[in-house]
Amino acid sequence: MTKGLSVQNLTKAFGETRVLDDVSFVIEPGEFVTIVGASGCGKSTLLRILAGLEFSDAGSVTCSSHPIEGPGVERAMVFQDYSLFPWLSVMDNVLFSRRLSTNEDDNLALERGAEEARAQNLLSLIGLSKVKSAYPSQLSGGMRQRVAIARALMSKPAVLLMDEPFGALDAQTREVMQDLVLDVVREEGTTIVFVTHDVEEAIYLGSRVVLMAPYPGRIDSIYDVALPSPRTDDIRLEPKFMELKRRITSRVRETAAASFDGADPSSSS
Amino acid sequence: MVENLFAWDGRMIAMDAGRATKPRELEPAAGSGTPPNRRRPRLWAIRGTLSSKTYAAIAVLGIALPFLLWIGLLSLGAVPKLFMPAPIEVVGRFANWVTNEGFAADLWISVQRVTLGFALSLAIALPLGLLCGTFKPCEAFLEPAFDFVRYMPAVAFVPLMLLWCGIGEASKVSVIFIGTFFQMLLMFADDVRRVPMQQIEAAQTMGATSREILFRVILPSSAPALLTTSRVTLGWAWTYLVVAEMVAANSGIGYAILKAQRFLQTDKIFAGLIVIGLIGLLQDQFMRALRAVLFPYLKGR
Ligand SMILES: Nc1ncnc2c1ncn2[C@@H]1O[C@H](COP(=O)(O)OP(=O)(O)OP(=O)(O)O)[C@@H](O)[C@H]1O
Ligand SMILES: [Mg+2]
Repeated sequence: MTKGLSVQNLTKAFGETRVLDDVSFVIEPGEFVTIVGASGCGKSTLLRILAGLEFSDAGSVTCSSHPIEGPGVERAMVFQDYSLFPWLSVMDNVLFSRRLSTNEDDNLALERGAEEARAQNLLSLIGLSKVKSAYPSQLSGGMRQRVAIARALMSKPAVLLMDEPFGALDAQTREVMQDLVLDVVREEGTTIVFVTHDVEEAIYLGSRVVLMAPYPGRIDSIYDVALPSPRTDDIRLEPKFMELKRRITSRVRETAAASFDGADPSSSS
Repeated sequence: MVENLFAWDGRMIAMDAGRATKPRELEPAAGSGTPPNRRRPRLWAIRGTLSSKTYAAIAVLGIALPFLLWIGLLSLGAVPKLFMPAPIEVVGRFANWVTNEGFAADLWISVQRVTLGFALSLAIALPLGLLCGTFKPCEAFLEPAFDFVRYMPAVAFVPLMLLWCGIGEASKVSVIFIGTFFQMLLMFADDVRRVPMQQIEAAQTMGATSREILFRVILPSSAPALLTTSRVTLGWAWTYLVVAEMVAANSGIGYAILKAQRFLQTDKIFAGLIVIGLIGLLQDQFMRALRAVLFPYLKGR
């Protein structure tokens, strides 16, 4: 059931601006890959192409060797900002995908009762079972983002695409959410592509960190995170972890600075 | 999964306990001179709130003031009686209208015309508006054409409608239809276009079909805006009704007002205007109540 992703020679431009330039990489089934890079280097665009919401100009994108031709249930996405349905309660938001015709006969094949049990489980996992009948407008920003994650997980997607899902959360909730996501991966074998600004978060979560550089958006380097796999909080203090963090952070700065030295097309005119 | 629940709870507790130093007790700022930090009701706070009592009091003032002005002008003798009757005369004339001059029949026929014209508009504009706001080909096909028609004043269609439909009900209903339909369609389409793209894309990544996105995301997401648009256009429907009745009718409130003018019954004109205002007020209150019932999730926003 787990699926991998493959991107070959991907190129994408919006008008004159090259947003992605010859991007290639392979993500193994069940792998957790994080993407970091300066603002505007095309991280969101890449993720949206993987989700099937945006299309490339050249190159190929496949999910377990099938070309991606549009959005699909097997590739769930958690957006940078809130995308909950305000007219539905928390519970109904989580159950939304299960009420769609296309999902009645998919791999999950849950009974009605089992669906609700799973939604209930996910809600307690994210610590929100008490507010399951509240409306999104009654929740805090962090709570809403947690609901969005539960909603994306509901259909047991093979691939979960996350675009800075914890950007708006406070440091503590953020760490709890990171462990939650790691738990889910371990239990369900979900392949995850996770975009973040936070290098520490990228190392903590990912088995590989992809560093992208801007103008034009491209892959600068890929770092293997050789750290013991069931991550614990202490790992953040290990010398290896801190060394990697230092290396990646300074490289992100270099690529961002290079883009300001005239490489940025918008500053040259 | 249940273990994870405890992991979550355990972590939260651990985090609380792990706080290195307890924050010092805050200095009690309750010096006798410092006022407590209570929210004081401020009348002119930006986006402030009012207690329902204060609100009602100010509203009554706003409604009563024109009446006081009216009475004031009369008692000064500044305007001739013929142009401006006293409130008591208007009430008397209205009572007479109800008992002897067939007010109920006038009201009934007017309400019928508005309802019919408005319902017809709504029934066609709603599906078309949904399509125009969702699918570009529909937009391209309809909107430029309708933008063109929209700027032709509906009132100018009255002679044409009289020619085409005669002086029967059809001409009145079609004037109301023309006056509301084009505007309504374009406003509905705009409402639909304002549905956040993230909501639509989230549904797409959960495997929703176009049909499901239309009915399970776009329609419920834009429903409050659609209701507001309907409320506004219902007001216009009354305007066009009166126009139609003044030009081409022998019944209805608009016709009654026109007839009153012929007989110099200024008091009846006043009564007719106030009746239309009251109907509008009632309708508005009803639509607002409907909004609260249909969209409980909007409460307090
Ligand atoms: N729909 C669009 N039309 C035109 N340009 C776009 C569009 N979407 C993105 N871009 C451009 O593509 C570039 C990459 O955008 P993208 O959102 O992928 O960056 P990002 O790496 O996610 O940035 P951030 O970290 O700030 O979220 C930016 O220069 C942006 O201006
Ligand atoms: Mg982004």
